[in-house]
Amino acid sequence: MGQTEKNSVESRRRHSELRFALHLLRQNPIVMAGLVISVATVVLALLSNLLVNGASWHQQALTLRLCWNNPAFSWPVTNLFNCAGQVYPLGTDAYGRSLLQMIILAIPIDLQIALEVVASAVAIGVIFGSLAAYMGGLIDEIILRITDIFLAVPWILLAIVLIVVLGRSLTTLTLAVIITWWPWYVRLMRSQVIGEKEKLYVERLRMMGAGWPRILFRHVIPNSIYPILVQSTLDIGSVILTVSALTFIGLTPNPLLPELGNLSNQGIEYFFTAPWLIVFPGLTILIISLGFNLLGDGIRDIFDPRLRR
Amino acid sequence: MDGTTILETTGLAKWFPVRGGRFSEKSYLRAVDGVTLSIRKGETLGLVGESGCGKTTFGRAIMRLTEPSGGSIVFDGEDISKLHGRSLKRVRRKMQMVFQDPYASLDPRQRVRSTLLEPMLIHRITSSKAEAERLAEDLIEKVGLNQDHLSRFPHEFSGGQRQRITIAAALAVKPTFVVLDEPTSSLDVSVQAQILRLLKKLQEEFGLTYLFISHNMAVIRQVCDRTAVMYLGRMVELADTKTLFENPKHPYTKALLTSVPTPDPTRRKELAVLEGDVPSAVGIPKDCRFRSRCAFATEKCGISPPLVEVEKNHWIECHYDIDFDSHARRELRQGS
Amino acid sequence: MSQPNTQEGGDDVLSIQELKLKFHTYAGEVSALDGIGLSIKKGELFGLVGESGCGKSVTALAIAGLLPPNAEITGGDVILDGKNVLALKPEEMRLARLKDIAMIFQDPMTYLNPVLTIGSQMAEIPRAEPKLFISILVTHRLRQIDKQVNGAKPDPGLLAERKALAHALDSQNLRRKEMDQLTKSYAISLLKSVRLPEPEKVYKMYPFELSGGMRQRVMIAMAMMRRPKLLLADEITTALDVTVQAQILHLLKDLRSEINTSVLLITHDLAIVAEVCDRVAVMYAGNIVEVAEVDELFRNPLHPYTKGLLASVPRADLAKTPDSIEGSVPDLLSPPSGCRFHPRCPKAFEKCPSRKPSMIAAAPNHYVSCFLYGG
Repeated sequence: MGQTEKNSVESRRRHSELRFALHLLRQNPIVMAGLVISVATVVLALLSNLLVNGASWHQQALTLRLCWNNPAFSWPVTNLFNCAGQVYPLGTDAYGRSLLQMIILAIPIDLQIALEVVASAVAIGVIFGSLAAYMGGLIDEIILRITDIFLAVPWILLAIVLIVVLGRSLTTLTLAVIITWWPWYVRLMRSQVIGEKEKLYVERLRMMGAGWPRILFRHVIPNSIYPILVQSTLDIGSVILTVSALTFIGLTPNPLLPELGNLSNQGIEYFFTAPWLIVFPGLTILIISLGFNLLGDGIRDIFDPRLRR
Repeated sequence: MDGTTILETTGLAKWFPVRGGRFSEKSYLRAVDGVTLSIRKGETLGLVGESGCGKTTFGRAIMRLTEPSGGSIVFDGEDISKLHGRSLKRVRRKMQMVFQDPYASLDPRQRVRSTLLEPMLIHRITSSKAEAERLAEDLIEKVGLNQDHLSRFPHEFSGGQRQRITIAAALAVKPTFVVLDEPTSSLDVSVQAQILRLLKKLQEEFGLTYLFISHNMAVIRQVCDRTAVMYLGRMVELADTKTLFENPKHPYTKALLTSVPTPDPTRRKELAVLEGDVPSAVGIPKDCRFRSRCAFATEKCGISPPLVEVEKNHWIECHYDIDFDSHARRELRQGS
Repeated sequence: MSQPNTQEGGDDVLSIQELKLKFHTYAGEVSALDGIGLSIKKGELFGLVGESGCGKSVTALAIAGLLPPNAEITGGDVILDGKNVLALKPEEMRLARLKDIAMIFQDPMTYLNPVLTIGSQMAEIPRAEPKLFISILVTHRLRQIDKQVNGAKPDPGLLAERKALAHALDSQNLRRKEMDQLTKSYAISLLKSVRLPEPEKVYKMYPFELSGGMRQRVMIAMAMMRRPKLLLADEITTALDVTVQAQILHLLKDLRSEINTSVLLITHDLAIVAEVCDRVAVMYAGNIVEVAEVDELFRNPLHPYTKGLLASVPRADLAKTPDSIEGSVPDLLSPPSGCRFHPRCPKAFEKCPSRKPSMIAAAPNHYVSCFLYGG
């Protein structure tokens, strides 16, 4: 075999993994849909300030004003308020702001909270999970018991108590969700590391004289972190759902805040008079969390059988 | 212990606790149950036995990868059985191990160059990065691979090549003693010969002492100067390899040798079948461990036999000196 | 070019001709079998030897119809007792696997169901297709009864049973309950025949309670249950200790003389082949390079690969340093042209990369695929 032939076989080999992944992706339209939705969400979030004036959600008065101005079909309530002349593709929210604009402004807020939550949970999970697994003994017991306590308490109770005690703000909201999310990641990372640390290359490193920090941080953690990353992608959607749930029941810092759960909250009161108030924000939550869930599932499917191979 | 012995174990034992059936009676799996031997500088000592005999546990115990339950290990004149931390790290530089499975021995996310540089970093072998790189380049060629292999990942290599990489990594710290735990058992026969030849060459070049652990009698014969046979945690025979293979004295060694198939039909003899399975190593009774499968056992074998030098430099753990053809037995006394 | 048929051509249990097989992978097409041919006679212990990746296991899977979905047979025939196995429909293949072909693998732990007792796993076999097994079970029990009856005073119960069984044999009809009883006694006697101590106890045990050697014997017993025409044994002793391996090999030889099953013994260990096989084929990179009777192959190896392989095997009985073969096994994604061994062959010349050499009889009953001998 000539050298050029050898190289092409080599590069074919290297590309084969990628090609396999892409093939699986293409094969599964549902996963593709998840990818498209997730990417669209992120793009929308990044462009939101360009599409809508970021300051437009502040208002002085909390006056009620509901409008629906869709030429396709009308809705009785429009006649009650001064809605004529303005275009509201998805109607207005309870305070007269364009619902479409509010939703567009809400996406980056929700997404940012979700990313902060997921990143923090991953960080906590990786550190404490791997320490618990690698050190074993008392440290493992302590971390496990603390994890169990947090898992035993119903999450919504925990979140409510935290927000009530610390006051309402985006920060406390984020904190509340982090508190309910981190135990799963600790558990997940712990089980990964427990398996990984028994592997032969770890024993070889010990034999060589490597200390535990080197083994843990340079070798074990990078090899164990994969399922955590997959899970975190999956969780972005679920976190958005969780945050929306909390604001939906009223734990929002500001009733005017464009946030998907908050917008849905307004919709309860006016469900029969202005159903779009709950339908569109709710639909948005559904689509975004579904998108990330499907994407996470797809990534897991793509890489799991490969590991089995 | 004189200047020619590099490692010596006395009564080395490793027992694993096994939870009893009920009422939490504690019994132990005696993987290594009192092994006394010494390894001479520059030699290749073979340690052979079947699965469960304790040879791998022995190898790991002397490397302090598992904590010995009893006995002592003296390496280069120093008792290393109870060392920890920095002092153990200092010793680790001089003794290295090559494992059986080349596919699992390497971190899949680490390039070959990093695998070779890491031990140098850990033990601060070199004073500059450039010097370390040069050493790595030198090593990779010594084990039969080439420079462009340094930037690749383990999965791009075959089993034999991966084993060469682990050998190079072991030599990076310039050890004096290497434990080879079934280094070729996972490899094809033709690759096996290449690796064994490489190991021999490296031994001469670097002045290494080897402990060669294997279940494969044929490989042991090719490679080892002296051979020790293990059964159920004890060393049952120790002799020069030629003597062991041509004139074994312990019934188990004899059974092992006659069970090995020969790739030569003209020299084929009916495979002698050693009946039964290896008994459990949990709660071993007071008699000779081989008694249940031994064709020559007597009442005296109800007592565990001592290690006796049956002829010069030929030790067995048996009450008798047996002639396998005539079945005649000569009783042995300690020191005879 | 297939191996020329022997004189008693009709006596072949298995005949493979020009079998070509490809795997479709994401890295490309792997040419796993490049036109192999061999034939196994009735009652013969045939060894298929080669290193990892040479295609010996794939050959066995092709015979048993157990290839993975990305495998494609691109040519050739596999004739088992007159039937072309490759042309069978899936249902017919399943029946063939049940009755005519038995396969034993390397690691019995993963091939035995850990949550079922040995007995229930053995009982599953006749239950899968009861009609096929009625004769075997009934004749076995009849033989047992005959042994008991011919001895002492005949027990009226046994005589009645014998009459009922004879009737069942004629009508090919057996009630479920009787079938289960017969199955159990047959299974236990099979466990006894593979030299398992206390077979009644083993019948009730779970796989994890047995050692590796014992599990492998159970696999052999399960294989023998259907009295197959062909037994495929793929590296069955590789995971076992050498003393246990000796026991299993001894057992295979005994069984072969008791039941006239042909065995295809696949292994990388030339020593095993020397100990138990009648004939042997050497495989390299998807080709069969040499076929001969065992004594002849070891006495007079012809193909350079066979010679290299024999020279590299370490010996426990001689103090000979093994030689090694230069280079390494080729990547079957793009194999060497012509004779696949030529890059590593010490005797290669200009003709070798041009085309694949045909299999010719360089000596009586000794076939080799190498230009050094013609072809």
